[in-house]
Parts: sequence; C-alpha cells; structure tokens
Amino acid sequence: MKVDRRSFLGLGIGAVAGIAVSPVGLKLMDDSSILTQTTKLWPWALDHDPLDGEIIYENSVCSLCPGACGISVRKIDDRPIKIEGLADYPVNDGGACLHGIAGLQYLYDPARIKTPLKKNGDKFEEISWEDAIALVAGKLGDVRKSGATEKLACITDKDQGSVSGLFQRLLAAFGSPNFYTMPSLESYLEITAAAIHGEGKTIAFDLENSDFVLSFGAGVIEGWGSPVACFKANATRKERHAKLYQIEPRLSNTAANADKWIPVKPGTEADLALGLCAAILKGNMFDSMATSRITGGFNKLAAMLAKDYSAAKTAQITGVKEADIMKLAKAFAKAKMPVAVFGKGRGDGAQSLKEMAAVQTLNILVGNINKKGGVFVQNKTEYLEFPEVTKDSVAEAGTSKARLGRYVDQLIEKINASSNPAVEALLVYNANPCYSLRDTKRVKQAMAKVPFVVSFSSFLDETAMEADIILPSHTFIERLEDVPSMAGLSKTVVGLTKPVISPIFDTKDPGDAVIMIAKALDEAVAGNFEWESYEECLEAVTAGIWDSLSEDGYAVISEGVPTGSQAVNIGFLAGSPETIQAQGDFDLTLIPIDNMRLVSGAAAASPFAVKTLADTVLKGKDIVVEMNPLTAKGLKDCSKATLTTPMGSAKVLINLNEGIMPGVIGMVEGLGHTFDNKYVSNKGVNVNDLIGPVLESGSGLDAAFGIKAKITKA
Amino acid sequence: MSELENKTENGSTESAGECASGETKDDKGLGLGVIFFIVAFVVCFLSGTLLFPKLLYSKKEQPFNFDHELHVSEAGDCDACHSYRDDGTFTGIPKLATCLDCHTDEPLGETEDEAIFAEEYVANEKEVPWLVYSRQPDCVFFSHAAHTIKAGNDCKTCHGPIAESTSSRPYEENRLTGYSRDIWGKNIFGIKKHSWDRMKMDDCAECHKKETGHQGYCFQCHK
Repeated sequence: MKVDRRSFLGLGIGAVAGIAVSPVGLKLMDDSSILTQTTKLWPWALDHDPLDGEIIYENSVCSLCPGACGISVRKIDDRPIKIEGLADYPVNDGGACLHGIAGLQYLYDPARIKTPLKKNGDKFEEISWEDAIALVAGKLGDVRKSGATEKLACITDKDQGSVSGLFQRLLAAFGSPNFYTMPSLESYLEITAAAIHGEGKTIAFDLENSDFVLSFGAGVIEGWGSPVACFKANATRKERHAKLYQIEPRLSNTAANADKWIPVKPGTEADLALGLCAAILKGNMFDSMATSRITGGFNKLAAMLAKDYSAAKTAQITGVKEADIMKLAKAFAKAKMPVAVFGKGRGDGAQSLKEMAAVQTLNILVGNINKKGGVFVQNKTEYLEFPEVTKDSVAEAGTSKARLGRYVDQLIEKINASSNPAVEALLVYNANPCYSLRDTKRVKQAMAKVPFVVSFSSFLDETAMEADIILPSHTFIERLEDVPSMAGLSKTVVGLTKPVISPIFDTKDPGDAVIMIAKALDEAVAGNFEWESYEECLEAVTAGIWDSLSEDGYAVISEGVPTGSQAVNIGFLAGSPETIQAQGDFDLTLIPIDNMRLVSGAAAASPFAVKTLADTVLKGKDIVVEMNPLTAKGLKDCSKATLTTPMGSAKVLINLNEGIMPGVIGMVEGLGHTFDNKYVSNKGVNVNDLIGPVLESGSGLDAAFGIKAKITKA
Repeated sequence: MSELENKTENGSTESAGECASGETKDDKGLGLGVIFFIVAFVVCFLSGTLLFPKLLYSKKEQPFNFDHELHVSEAGDCDACHSYRDDGTFTGIPKLATCLDCHTDEPLGETEDEAIFAEEYVANEKEVPWLVYSRQPDCVFFSHAAHTIKAGNDCKTCHGPIAESTSSRPYEENRLTGYSRDIWGKNIFGIKKHSWDRMKMDDCAECHKKETGHQGYCFQCHK
C-alpha cells in the first residue's frame, strides 16, 4: 500500500466530516453569538451590568439647589441606582428636575476629593483627618492668640440650616463678625424685604394661585426659585386661566412659554417697573387701602414717578411702546390676584435693589401683600434652637468690630485692597466664589492673599484648588442635614437629607468637621460645641420639629397666606437711586443667560446635564452666543468670533437668533469650568470671567446686569 | 450493429480492460484513503465530542461544599431559604443574613465545610461568593414568581433534583461567554432527557408552547 494524494484527501475529508458531525461547530456558533452580547467583548459596558439584589426605596431631600425637593432613591441592596421625585412631598409632589435625577453622578464624580488634602507648593498631598484638623486648629489658634479674631472669615451658600448655623457659631465663639453668604435668590428676597418691610423679613410669591404673573426676567421654568415647584405652578396655569407676562431682553424658554413676551432693553427693568407704578398711580388704579399703610416715601415717590416716569419717558428708556406700558399697567392692576416677580434668570446672579424694590412697589400698589395669589411677606424662618453662644472677652471684642464688607463682593475688594492680610484664615463651605462671582480673577487674587484658606468642598473645584487645606465633605447622598426650602416658595418646609449610602471615600459630614475643629481650639470656643457628633447636634437644635423630621422626613413650618399686616416703607426708591450702567464703551451689551440644564452655584452641572445641552448652547467644546441678525455686523450663523469685553476676551461661535434684542449678546452661565472633570470642564467659557462687578450705591449689591462688548470675526 | 456501435463496444472493451488493470492498482490507494478517512473522522469526532468540552469549559470549585439534602431536612422546603420579597422579586441564592437565621459563628455541624463557613464568612461578615449554576445571560429577564406562584411549576421542573444533592458539584464556566455550562446542558450535543437538563431559549419556548399554546414574544424575556 502506498500513501498517495488520495490518502491525504481521505484524511482531510475524514477530519472535516468528523468535526462537522461533532457538536463543535454548532456549539461554537452559539457561543460566539452569546459572546457578542457580553461585557467580555465590550469591557467599557461593565459598569452598566444590571445588579441583582433587593430593591429598596429610601426617601431623602435633594440639596443641590435651594429648591429642596423630596427624593426617592431606588437602591439595589446597598447601592443607590436612581433618584426620582418623592410623591406627596410638599415642595415637589413627585416631580424632579434633571439635576436631581442625575444627582448620583456627583457621588462618583471624577473631581471628588477622596481624603483630606494639604497644599504643598502647587500640589496637594494627602493627609489624615487627625493631622488636617490639628493643622486647621493650630492655624486658627494662632489667629485667636494674636487677638485679631475678626480676621477669621467664612463664606457659605446660605445662612439657614444647622451646618451653616455651626459655622456661624464657630465664628461667634471665635470672635469674628465676618460670616458671608454667596448671593442667592433667598438673600435678595431678604435684602428687598429689609429695605421695604423691615429687618428679619423675607418675601415669597404665591405663583400657584396667582392669576397674573408679571415676571421681570425670572426664569419661572428655567431654575428660578424652587424649580420643580415653579414648573408645577406653571403647568397648571392654563387650567387656572392665569396669565404669565415675561419681561426680558431675550426670548427665553419662559418668555416663549408665556402669554406675552415684552422685550426690554437690558438693565432698564427697574425703569419699566417704575413706569408701570407711575401709570397705575396716574390712572388711579392702585389699592388705596394698601397705599394708606405705606409709612414712608409714598408722596415723594409719587412725585418722582409723575415727573420722571411718564409713559413716554419710560418708553424711551426701556424700548417698550407707550401704549403697551399703559395696557400692561391696566392688565396688572385690574387682575384679581396679580403678582410681580423679580430675580432675573435663576435669581441668584447679580441683582439691583432698585429693580427688586420697584417690582415689590408694584405689588404694594395693587394691594396684593399677604393675599392669596400675591406676595407673602413674613418673618424669616427660624426653626433652629442653638443654645446661646458663650463668648470670652476676646470673642466679645472681635464680634463687636465692624464687618470687613457688607457682602461677599466687598469682602473680596477689602482683601485685595489691603497690604497686610485683611483676613488671616478663610473657611469656604458649599460655595465656589472663584467660579460664580463676577470677575473671577479678582476672587482668585483675593484667595491667594489670604494666608490660610480651608475648603470643605466635596469636589476639587476652582475654589478648592486655591485652598491650603481641604476637609472634604460627604455629598448629599451620603449625609444627614436639615434642608429648609427657601427661594420664594409660598410655604416653608424643612426637609431631612439622609445618608442613603455609606460614604464611599474618606470624607466627613461638614457639621462633624466644624465640631472637630471647634473642640480642638481653646476651651472658650470648644465649650460652645458640646455635642459628640453632628447628628447629636442636629437632633438637639431641631428638637421642636425633630419628631416630624425623623418620621415624615420633613416638617411644614408655615403654609397658606400669612396673617397680619406688614410695615411698608418705600423711602429707598423715593430717594431716586441711580440706575446701574453696563461697564465699558463698546456698542453691544453682553448679558448672562440662565439655562435650566446648567447650574452656577456651588456644584457644577452633572455630566448628564451637560450632555443634554443643545448645540445652540455648546457645540463641541465651543460656547455659542446668541445675537440678533440686525446687529451681527456681517457675522454669519455658526461662524467663529472673538468676544471682547473690558474684562477680557473669548473665542465663541455665533448663533443668529431673532429672539434676542438687537444690540444684545447672550452667553450661557455655567460653562467654562477649569477643574479636573473631563465630562464637565473645559467646555465653553465662564461668563463671569468676562463680566466685572458693578456695585450699586446704597445697597452695595453687585448689580451688573451685563457688560459692554464687541464681537469680531475670528 | 452499426460501425459506430462496434467501435464503441470495442473501445469500451479496451477501456474496460485498462480500467480493470487501473482499479487493481488504485484499490490499494482507495483502501488506504478510506482508512485515513475513518481514522481522521473518528479522531476528530471524538475530539469534538470528548476533548472539546474539556477545553471549552473551565472547572471552578464552590467556596465550600453545600449539602442541600441536609438543609431541606433541617430547614424545610426550598422557599425556607430561596424566598420571595414583598414586591414579588426572587431572592435567589440567600444572603449571609438569611444563613444567620440559623447559623452563628460557632459551627453548627462538624464538617470542614461548616468550619470554613463560620470562620471565613460568618466571623468576617462576608457574603459567600457562590457560583450560580443556573444564572442566565444578562440579556434575559426572568420572573420566578410568574413561573412558580402564578403558573404553579415546582422548583424541580427547571432546577432538577438539586434538593436531594449532598455535595456541590464543580461549576463549569464557558471560557468564551463566561456563563454556566448548565444553560447549554451537560450533554454537549444538547440532547436532553429531563426538562431541567438544558435551559436555552428553545427550551423556554418549548415549554411555553406546550403550556400556553404560544412560544412567547421576544420582548417578554429580552426587555
């Protein structure tokens, strides 16, 4: 027998036939098809594997913005999976905004600070909590020993809530009057209330019952106030046959949704409000009962309005037609439950007291104060019962000294103007002034001039980058805190944020961090902080409402129309405060735009929220500015351009849009972050880099509604 | 007979003679070819049937041995440990907390497995990383409640006589897909004798067809 070609052929065919008859082919084909569906082939999808386990819902309160919505967190075993709005919660009743539902992304944010950090040269190095607290207490101890205890300052987001209360207590016991909050709608409501109705008051708007909402630029469906509560109030507008008139230079989403959009030249909203007041007075359409209660300034104001704010003059200033002003005044005054709302955009940016007071005067004239569907003026929410601070002589002397500035802007100015450090140590909690205050360069400069900056941030954001030491806080998913609803909501609700997951990094509750610092200081300070933990402190200081907080998750402090009349004094307006002018000499005016999909507060928008931006806002990494074609000066839609203001310049893309008044450039606020988060940072520019503060005389507020700008082809 | 036919006849006779001589020569080659064919066929078939599964599946041992029979006799039926939550979802393999209803960090029995459980897992409050024989691919949605509480099937219909087992067999993992061998079944040809021998999509469809009259729609399981 000879092995020849045929033998090999037989061998080959035999092998093929053997394999073919065996299950190899069928099995491999089946497995390959399954393989294509597994994460083995697509390892990036690994994190998206559905988890298997018990599904649990835990209720908490979102503290990402002052809205303070109730949330229901869906968990599988111990891991939170999704955030939804909590049904029947008195603020949002099941609703949620896109920032709230994406709240879990903050837990795993790439910029999260995982452990206390200490700056060494330009870099941060990790240190233990013990060392970090000892370091902070050591530095603060030195300041206290020096006797100049007023040189400890603190910047937080708000002055309400127990965590803010602990910071205020630390400063009081330490001996410093320098506690500051970032501008917020709540602070503007209090400032306006203080100017007209007296100190310790605040203002709320009964939007859900009003039949005529006259909004002076308030982004009612774009994040103003308590966003979800506002969405809900707006959603029922049609059923209630209520009207919304929107006054602002740009066709915002709120303006597009309103019954009428009244374009007004930027910065002349106060003049329009005063013009409307003048028309109401002239037409004898005011509520004489209400005006009789005005204790100061009414006659003077009436004379000033008659002289300077005739419909013709107002039309000239604001760009709104004379006839429209008259019609609007009539419609507002004749409405059954009218309400005029102030706070441009989200209401937390720069605002002028003149404008806010003028709008509030409109409310006063039509007699809607403390009426259903009108404006509620009532005492500031006080539900915390901190024991009185025991001060030693050093603290007494320190706290009786004058504050370095009225508001945070003046503090920054003072620090920059002093040759010796005006502030020796600065505590920053839940605030990002290096990003959200106007002219960020000056804020960073001030931070650099403070010898010792302590940040309590959860994220290595622009301000934390400037800190000397960072004591990282838990995110709102991981911590306990009382969260009062604020921001102009017609009812006051205090919610309880509860930890729904054990902290994933070596972070602490900011309340615990403050207590630890205080305890490490001398006995006079430490004696004021006898609680073992923040949890114990919270339970003690909320004793009056703790039962409902812990059982129901919230406590309603006030609801419904407040009773009793309020003092009214419009002397501030009668003094003819000057109107703010935009800084610079260029022809165009750059104004910031507040977009619901972005935020400009302490935290940056989540990756999810940034992804939802339209490419008329952010295209790739370029910010898109809105311009009217009439003043585009040859610039084409989608073309590249350079935007220049007295503060600096930036590369932008052009969006030609007839929904913005000629001569105005709109740039979204909330982009241009520079910290290490690839999903959110280095996209677009920060509008606060391009706009400088303009302080209003009298109120001291940064009231820069915009800045003069020019735009050239790039 | 025509000339042509004669020629052909002659021709064929001639060629037949040639062929005959050629066949004798080639027969040996063909014979060898057949042998080669058979040998290759048998080797490849056997490799594909016996060796291939050994290469395709890796064997993993469970963290320690588990005696189902003992637990059934001590604790009760399957649902004593494999229970349903209030919302109807199935708990699957019990968590450590369920085991601790009966067990403590002091071993209940005297076996080595019991000692491992108490020392490594109970004492350290660590979940036992059981390997789940019946875990379906991620793309499959399956409701235990619908099949048992609603349709009245017993556990054995799909899981077999696992309650009678006294030890844990090795878990075989498909090296390509990462899933358990139990889905395809022990028989590499996919032949099954019992309803629980395989749990591929066709097996679901077969039972659905039989029980409900329809094999079901894609989205019922692939959501």
